[in-house]
Amino acid sequence: MLDALGDPTRRLILERLLDGPLAVGVLAERVPVSRPAVSQHLKVLKEAELVVEAAAGTRRLYRVNPRGLDVVRDYLDRFWSSTLDNFAALAAAEAEREES
Amino acid sequence: MGAEATTEIVVHKTVTVPLGVRRTFELFTARMTDFWPSEHSIGTAPLAEVVVEPREGGRWFERGEDGSECSWGRVARWSPPNRLVLLWQIGADWTYDPSLETEVEIDFVEESPDRTRLELRHRHLERFGERAEALRAAFDGLGGWSGTLTRFAEFAR
Repeated sequence: MLDALGDPTRRLILERLLDGPLAVGVLAERVPVSRPAVSQHLKVLKEAELVVEAAAGTRRLYRVNPRGLDVVRDYLDRFWSSTLDNFAALAAAEAEREES
Repeated sequence: MGAEATTEIVVHKTVTVPLGVRRTFELFTARMTDFWPSEHSIGTAPLAEVVVEPREGGRWFERGEDGSECSWGRVARWSPPNRLVLLWQIGADWTYDPSLETEVEIDFVEESPDRTRLELRHRHLERFGERAEALRAAFDGLGGWSGTLTRFAEFAR
């Protein structure tokens, strides 16, 4: 996965796709490499499951794999729950100490 | 094409504590070390301290047991006792990435003189987009949440 992200052109392609799904030809106009090179990068990104391909009529669109973001959101959701629970316990202990 | 704009992804959490709003703000910012899940550290040494410098533009960082410091982000807004915004700049596989800016916005809402509600929003998670898969790999390595819950139980006595 890290190898897939270890290339500046691939990171640029992902940034472009974060704005919304694009066809390969449109994408090639927005990055400074040739269309065959874009196709090659997309292949690597697809294999790393960072990008998924979807059919839109006769065209094929590429977009950032939304499951990746779900994982991040779920993770941070649990992380902040735990951290705020810890904080509530600390605050309760402080309140009790100040009373006594 | 491209009409589908990137929508903001937010995690929103809330908790109420039995302290006044000033005391809550102070506790949250000055004693982060005491409630931060210590396995969530990105330094090479074990976590000794979590520091939020009390001013706008201040640093948010961890200090390891060997004294080494590791940046997490910055203080974007310091408005005691009601509002704190921290920039969380930890990117893929838990390294500091100054080009990444996600926001942790905390509102401290006074419910009564000795009761405060925290509204925490971690915003702009979509900016993790390109890093998502690398993060997934990192999360899998964290070994779940049992450590955090155990320490919480210890703290609550």
